[in-house]
Amino acid sequence: MIEIRWHGRGGQGAKTAAMLFAETAIEEGKFAQGFPEYGPERMGAPVKGFTRIDDKPIRIHSGIENPRVVVVLDQTLLETIDVTEGMPEDGILIINTEKSPEQIRKQFGIKKGKIYTVNATKIALDTIGRPIPNTVMLGALIKVTGVLDLDTLLKNIVKKFSKKFSDKVVEGNVQAIKKAFEEVKGE
Amino acid sequence: MNELKKWFELPVGAVIDEPGNAIKYKTGSWRTFKPVLDKSKCNDCLICWIYCPDNSIIVQDGKLIGFDYEHCKGCGICAEVCPDKSKAITMVLEHQ
Amino acid sequence: MKVMALTGNEAVAEAMRQINPDVVAAYPITPQTELMHRFTEFVADGLVDTEMVLVESEHSALSATVGASAAGARAMTATSSQGLALMWEILYIAAGLRLPIVMPVVNRALSAPINIHGDHSDTMGARDSGWIQIFSENAQEAYDNTIIAVRIAEHPDILLPVMVTMDGFIISHTMERVEVLDDDVVKNFIGEYNPKYKLLDVKNPVTMGPLDLQDYYFEHKRAQAEAMENAYKLIKEIDEEYYKISGRRYSYVEPYEIDDADIILISLGSTAGTIKDVVDELRLKGLKVGGLKIRVYRPFPRDEIKEFLSNASVVGVMDRAIAFGSPCGPVCLDVKASLQGTSLSNLPIVNYIYGLGGRDITPKDIIKIFNELEKVRISGEVPNLPRYVGVRGEENYIEQKAKLKIKN
Repeated sequence: MIEIRWHGRGGQGAKTAAMLFAETAIEEGKFAQGFPEYGPERMGAPVKGFTRIDDKPIRIHSGIENPRVVVVLDQTLLETIDVTEGMPEDGILIINTEKSPEQIRKQFGIKKGKIYTVNATKIALDTIGRPIPNTVMLGALIKVTGVLDLDTLLKNIVKKFSKKFSDKVVEGNVQAIKKAFEEVKGE
Repeated sequence: MNELKKWFELPVGAVIDEPGNAIKYKTGSWRTFKPVLDKSKCNDCLICWIYCPDNSIIVQDGKLIGFDYEHCKGCGICAEVCPDKSKAITMVLEHQ
Repeated sequence: MKVMALTGNEAVAEAMRQINPDVVAAYPITPQTELMHRFTEFVADGLVDTEMVLVESEHSALSATVGASAAGARAMTATSSQGLALMWEILYIAAGLRLPIVMPVVNRALSAPINIHGDHSDTMGARDSGWIQIFSENAQEAYDNTIIAVRIAEHPDILLPVMVTMDGFIISHTMERVEVLDDDVVKNFIGEYNPKYKLLDVKNPVTMGPLDLQDYYFEHKRAQAEAMENAYKLIKEIDEEYYKISGRRYSYVEPYEIDDADIILISLGSTAGTIKDVVDELRLKGLKVGGLKIRVYRPFPRDEIKEFLSNASVVGVMDRAIAFGSPCGPVCLDVKASLQGTSLSNLPIVNYIYGLGGRDITPKDIIKIFNELEKVRISGEVPNLPRYVGVRGEENYIEQKAKLKIKN
């Protein structure tokens, strides 16, 4: 079982990303849970989302305390909260930033895990036209973890987003995910 | 009244599934006074029939012919509403 | 059958779409809101024939549902917490009139202090109101139980309202894999609703809810108690029928690794799933532990409890609610009462109150409970007051009492 924690700010779509990733896993025939952390949900306040994925039915229903993977949608969160809390020594940290993994490790004194970075906000602006990094990070997450298939994710995005958004937005999201898949960098 | 039923003999949820079964409940015994009709004064205006709360005014072919003493509780409303110029209904003590 | 990614709320809304009730009356309350939100979308999209009544309070929601049900409609509502509390007097009316209403309840703590998260205080308070109560471990069970509940409620020998519960947020807002049956399979399973008495049947007029005094009230209540007994006998038949269409077999309780278990931990709802994982983990270390999930809480599965505890040395009972002033939590009371007077009267039972206001219950907490039960098994010293799990200060408090040599 892989457990993922998403950090974002209210409005950046951490919850949506956590749910979307679970949904994609289920589409792929796996078992998954996607759930948000409910608290004071205000635009800009730090929020968390969680995803569990497994090949067999998931029975546990407690919160995720030791996520193997942590995704950070907003670099400024690194300044205020310990995003590596509970993460094992060999965990994976994926951060939306224009900086390199080495720069991030040094700047914030992160001691554990393997760090990956991707400039998701820029990718979102270039492709979708709005600075919403959540779907972009899905591309990076898939590349780094290999837990799900890129094509299934893209299909699911098209299916889900076509109901709500214009073709342009849907295509933008697809391009964004592909770009993040290509551009994410590790240490 | 009939003999009281046992719990497993009752319709579900205390439903009363026998419409109009109040007729079985003879409230006539409640009376202290009973209405008495002087048909010679009655012009069949049927105001008593409208007002009677127990449906105890017996009317046939548009004419008042008497009272249902099995159900009349002797409330006296019929006598009260009987127009002053006729006063065809009077209340008298039950055993007189 | 198709696989869908649904939250607990969405799964129940999906079940309601397939049930296609004649009337639904509802008022929004967290964490039930998304359930009705989704269902009203189905109404707006014309996917159901339901007359949707939006009311001004939960008291009105259940009142309208009662009215619709009495009129002869298949009627549903859903609520949580304070909403259920506001429905209180109508709960007893729905049960007393023997109206087969199905009501999903998304479990949430009761005020004060105000809290929107999951615990069982709301439905536990309504446990003696005459409603059947079925608890769901996950979104799949919430979906399945909602469909099964229609058949249970409307069975002519039962005719009682049913609450189908799921833990607020923990299940209601968690997206999971749910196997959804085909619409016509559900339609055939639940069948047409043809009540014996309906207020709108003008050719066969009836009176409902008449004055019922010393001469008959008790007889009607006795008959209502018997309906609950009938439910206890009949639910397994309906579960068996559901197994045939779904491949998922449910029962009053679900034992897990219980055959050779010395220590058994009883629970309801989502916690039962977490316990299964812990049981597997501890069994790898050689501990003979097992779990027992209560699915049907009302009528209480007293015989199954006896049967599955018969080889246990010590039992823990998890209560996600406090019964204030009672010797133990509500589930523990029922377990103890079920064993009283049997060969298991002296079975050591420890009550654990946990998870109030949505306080997370982790595998670590459950391991601690099993470890404590193992100590009880060895020492034979059974605390007779509830243990409070995961509440700050409790351990200091117990130490302090030990120092002062106060028992329990």
